[in-house]
Amino acid sequence: MYADQIREIVAKHARLSTDVTALTNDSDLYAAGLTSLTTVNLMLAIEEQFDIEFPDHMLGRKTFGSIQALCEAVEELVA
Amino acid sequence: MPSVPTMQLHPDLPALLEKVHAIGRNVVAPHANEVDRDARFPRESFDALKAEKLLSSYIPSELGGMGLSISDQSKICEALAHYCASTAMIYAMHQIQVACIVHHTMHNEFFRAYMREVVDKQYLIASATTELGIGGDVRSSLCAVNVEGDTFTLDKQAPVISYAASADAILVTCRQSPEAGKNDQSVVLVRKENLTLEEISGWDTMGFRGTCSNGYSLRSRGDARQVFPGPYADIHRKTQQPYSHIVWSSLWLGLAQSAMNNARASVRAEARKNPGTLPPSALRLAELDAVLFSMRAGVQQCVADYHQRLLSNDEEAFSDFGFNLRVSNLKIRSSELVIEVVSKAMMICGIASYRNDSKLSLNRQLRDAYGAALMVNNDRILGQSSAIQIMQKGD
Repeated sequence: MYADQIREIVAKHARLSTDVTALTNDSDLYAAGLTSLTTVNLMLAIEEQFDIEFPDHMLGRKTFGSIQALCEAVEELVA
Repeated sequence: MPSVPTMQLHPDLPALLEKVHAIGRNVVAPHANEVDRDARFPRESFDALKAEKLLSSYIPSELGGMGLSISDQSKICEALAHYCASTAMIYAMHQIQVACIVHHTMHNEFFRAYMREVVDKQYLIASATTELGIGGDVRSSLCAVNVEGDTFTLDKQAPVISYAASADAILVTCRQSPEAGKNDQSVVLVRKENLTLEEISGWDTMGFRGTCSNGYSLRSRGDARQVFPGPYADIHRKTQQPYSHIVWSSLWLGLAQSAMNNARASVRAEARKNPGTLPPSALRLAELDAVLFSMRAGVQQCVADYHQRLLSNDEEAFSDFGFNLRVSNLKIRSSELVIEVVSKAMMICGIASYRNDSKLSLNRQLRDAYGAALMVNNDRILGQSSAIQIMQKGD
């Protein structure tokens, strides 16, 4: 349910080497050019937008690996 | 929070460590000064290690190896470093390459056969990661492997390939095809028989002189099956990075411990001269032991953590940013502490450790210690950690 908002944040903050419109919700964001530095930007923007904090145990490539994974994480944290 | 893992060692390790120490005393130590002075490969050490089949110690027993774990390898690297840090470093770097093969190709028939060959022939495997024009970023490549039919060709300008001239094979990172982006990397196993190395730079350094880390223009070809099955990104995350920092830190610990042993010997000799009075240097010794204690604790914590993650069979266990941070912290702190320990040991030993002709000389150890923070520069690692630091909440 957050996919569109997250897609927008990814487009703005992830500085991918691939055009975000070409990605599906399942596409691997790291393969699309996400780095450790841009992961930080992405996380900070998502935390700000949804007023949440990612706890340390969720900080891994699994959480940031795709738009779908980010949606699931946000859903869990907003709840 | 998961419970704190403890180190699990192979039941045969104590007996094996005795053999390693015997090789260290009888073979490695007697040649260490010459290896250092001439910046030559420690061939006597490796002949002895091969005779004990130690080059295949990390290969699983089902393929004929000893089936040792990262915890066991940490102990062996530490033990070797007491006698010659270059020998320990070459052993460690070889085991990193073996671990790349073991962790990432166990389901591949070609590499399973190759692992049996490593056991049989006791091959020494080197690594070519850094590249001219890239700086030290091993996660980028300019060169690419070119696969045509069932053969490949691969050329690389490598500013450093440790012990290349003595290796039986080299694992070479590269772009996975001529069309691939610079981070889209593969690893290729290149055999000595299908390889030409033209030296482009020498290795005249302060320390770790026996690693013979000259630069080469590498040209190779071979069987297309020698290209690793998965992307280098996975190999780097799960194996290359954590395994390297752990085995390096382990050998720096052994190096520090050997300096500490010189300091102990010196204080003991002092105490013998004046029975009944504790020499002032004994206080320094107690202080130094506390530094060594924290260095050892860091190694043991990371070894146990990594070992447990390897046993978990969960690929996600290696993409946990907190784990990446701890491994980076281990490298940074161990490489700083080794300098501190050797320097303080020199203060305790006094002029005897400053002399080159003394049994307590720490000349080689001091020069070796300074290499630790520079190989994979600490500032580069801190740069990567700083991004993750912003994300951590500290819960």
